[in-house]
Amino acid sequence: MNEHDLRGLIEHVREGKLSRRAFTRTMIALGLTAPIATQMLAYSGVAVAAEKFAYKPTKAGGGGALKVLWWQAPTLLNPHFATGTKDQDASRIFYEPLAGWDADGDLTPVLAAVIPTVENGGLAEDGTSVTWKLKQGVTWHDGHPFTADDVVFNWEYSSDPATAAVTIGSYKDIKAIKVDDHTVRVEFAKPTPFWADPFVGAIGMIVPKHLFEPYKGAKSREAPANLSPVGTGPYMFVDFKPGDVVHGKLNPNYHMPNRPYFDTIEMKGGGDAVSAARAVLQTGEYDFAWNMQVEDEILKRLEASGQGQVIITPAGGIEHIQLNNTDPWHEVDGERSSIKSKHPYLSDPAVRQAISLLVDKGSVHKYIYGRTGDDSANFITAPERFASKNTHYEFSIEKAIKLLDAAGWKPGSDGVREKDGVKLHAVYQTSTNTPRQKTQEIVKQACQKAGISVEIKSVVASVYFSSDVANLDTYPHFACDLQMYTTTMQQPDPGVWMRQFLTEEIATKANKYQRRNIVRWSNAEYDKLWEQSDKELSPVKRAAMLIALNDMVVNNVVVIPVVTRPAVSAVAKNLHTPLSGWDTNTYALQDWYRDA
Amino acid sequence: MSRYIIRRLLIAIPSLLGISIVLFTVLALAPGDPFSELATNPAIPPEVQASLRAKFGMDDPVLVRYLHWLSAMLHGDWGFSFVSRVNVDTLILQRLPTTLAVIGASQVLALLIALPVGVLAAMRPYSVFDQIASTIALIGFSLPTFFTGIVFILMFSITLNWLPFVFRADLSATGLQWWWEEIRQSIMPVAVLGLFQGATWTRFVRSAVLDVIRLDYVTTARSKGLAENAVVLKHIVRNALIPVVTLIALQMPIVFGGAIVTEQIFRIPGIGSLLISAIQANDTPVIMAVTFVFACLVIVFNLIADLLYGWLDPRISYR
Repeated sequence: MNEHDLRGLIEHVREGKLSRRAFTRTMIALGLTAPIATQMLAYSGVAVAAEKFAYKPTKAGGGGALKVLWWQAPTLLNPHFATGTKDQDASRIFYEPLAGWDADGDLTPVLAAVIPTVENGGLAEDGTSVTWKLKQGVTWHDGHPFTADDVVFNWEYSSDPATAAVTIGSYKDIKAIKVDDHTVRVEFAKPTPFWADPFVGAIGMIVPKHLFEPYKGAKSREAPANLSPVGTGPYMFVDFKPGDVVHGKLNPNYHMPNRPYFDTIEMKGGGDAVSAARAVLQTGEYDFAWNMQVEDEILKRLEASGQGQVIITPAGGIEHIQLNNTDPWHEVDGERSSIKSKHPYLSDPAVRQAISLLVDKGSVHKYIYGRTGDDSANFITAPERFASKNTHYEFSIEKAIKLLDAAGWKPGSDGVREKDGVKLHAVYQTSTNTPRQKTQEIVKQACQKAGISVEIKSVVASVYFSSDVANLDTYPHFACDLQMYTTTMQQPDPGVWMRQFLTEEIATKANKYQRRNIVRWSNAEYDKLWEQSDKELSPVKRAAMLIALNDMVVNNVVVIPVVTRPAVSAVAKNLHTPLSGWDTNTYALQDWYRDA
Repeated sequence: MSRYIIRRLLIAIPSLLGISIVLFTVLALAPGDPFSELATNPAIPPEVQASLRAKFGMDDPVLVRYLHWLSAMLHGDWGFSFVSRVNVDTLILQRLPTTLAVIGASQVLALLIALPVGVLAAMRPYSVFDQIASTIALIGFSLPTFFTGIVFILMFSITLNWLPFVFRADLSATGLQWWWEEIRQSIMPVAVLGLFQGATWTRFVRSAVLDVIRLDYVTTARSKGLAENAVVLKHIVRNALIPVVTLIALQMPIVFGGAIVTEQIFRIPGIGSLLISAIQANDTPVIMAVTFVFACLVIVFNLIADLLYGWLDPRISYR
């Protein structure tokens, strides 16, 4: 059976000519396992997430208090204003989207009755609209019914620039139309393969129309409900102190049966990651702590006390090294790293390949990040369906030396290679952060053995990651040869994320360094393929295109992926917490429970 | 006297203006942006961040922003936090009680240690008690609070598991139970701050008392046959404490300002932790408000200290 036949079968399942079970059986007969078969269907946008998590409690409540610790405290509870995950996580206790993303990057319905597909008529064949059927009988915490009007209102609210909503990017180019009280049609301006963005996941949380309508637009800041949310979620609002603590209590009218398990929830904020890990893993004062940016060795030591464990969830973060395509050392029209210039030696593909061979990702993983960072050849590492199998990486100083020799880079009197008066001397910057400085050291030593001298530079994170147009030390200025940081694919679809290598996205002084193509790489072939992937409606073909884009980035050494950065949480033992790297940490809060 | 107060208050106006200009300029020059988290999120188009900056007036020239801030402040409008979009005064008032309770208690503890220990040590200088007290005081103010705080946590929370190390401003218990939990969670932060402050003050009280104890009027009092208690309390301590009272009055703004490091370690939701998180998030209105209030308090308590001084020591007069 070849790929063509397989596609045919998948098509049959999609059209309903072949049952999912029959398809799976055929695949098993061919020697494939059932999960792979389901995966293939998921790939093709056919599968709807099966029940992956077994929820045991048989009645709501009775679980006592759930105490969670976010070392960056939530500062607001309006999901449309949430500037970071901490705010989204806190808002998600009370508010819910139509659907959420599970750990595998599959959709699970929350306020939607079903996930729209082409078969159930939810998805338009031409990709220009999606129709959501809403769950019936859902009420807001204050007793008002949840209807299509609320969903449509969220679109109006967010897309009004005067509201100053952070979610506006997902709503400004769509139209939400009420079909009936429990049906909403989302219309896109053009065929949109990644249709599950508005009303889904972290940016899709829905706020009630009856409380926010008077505060749409310029008065958005004055809404009392900004600080005392009334949602549809598993817990009802009790009180909130910005930057300190959020309290909730069980919602007796929650729309999912037997949920939630806990009677109250407390989300405490502040402090630092290590002591948060301590409070969960060592003293058991708290049940859950978020975003454990702590060295794995310390986590292991804390885990040894037996109060809890560390849970790693795959997510879209990748720590990577960027190689400058432009000349960072000479100003062109008053701008360093101007697209009008060319990098003196990184424009030689051999040098790029050599540097890529000199990054010892295995050691970085093993000795620095441990469980909190796996070495990776790919830029897109998850979900599984988008991870390329075509790429590989190796660490070899000898090969790098051979490559440089062949390309005519000869060691000078000081041991640093040079050609035509250009020396292989690189300034390599990143933010001040212990694991990053250790990684820099590993790369530097390997490079020096191969005759590339590396000067290490670290910039305080608050400067490095700021958008200050006047400061040369920020990452978008890229006023050096190499730099390293983590960029995160927030959605389980790489479409938007892969924009960061498009020619039109190049960061320049003219666009105030606000665009995302920091490496200033320009490749017509890449641009064209991305355009195609943005229109391609067949999920299989599209995935293949996105994988090809990843391969172009990796094979041309546009960037060197180093390690993945999964989500790391500390969880008390006996506590069951379905987590996902593609949605808020609290996306399945209703399912959290403790073994009695 | 009242003319003196009025003059001092008038002088305070230009100093406050100067302070606010310096603060504002420094904040405007400092790198960073409250929306930088959006900038690193590829799913959010850069226009969103740009329009938020424009809406909150962050792209205006520094002078315009300063004048806006100043005129709003004069109208009693403290502005709102860019990060939480809550009014700054609400944020500060929410956190004031915790800070007052924790820092206030630690200052009381410091006084309770410093006064008796300092006086006793000075009464018998270079005795064993004095040697021990001085040594402990030296250690006490040499150890920074972030160090003692962590040592306390390791000892009492992690090894012994006696005390919680996450401070909660919203204990659900009531009555006696509430007091019990409140005291349990306050012991460590109050002790860390109080012992540090107490150590400094002990040294101060000791030297102040030593200065007075050798004076002729003390000898006179003793030779009159007054009881030792009366000599110490009425003649020595009363005079020796004049500079101490001033020192404590000057210390009072800190009670309102909170303790940045200690609040962070114990997760105390006070003014100090509000300030530090605002600084980390580049939340200019909050930083401005907290630091400005602090500056006002410093000026006011300076004045109070000066007035107290005159009241305690009638030889000083105000003109």
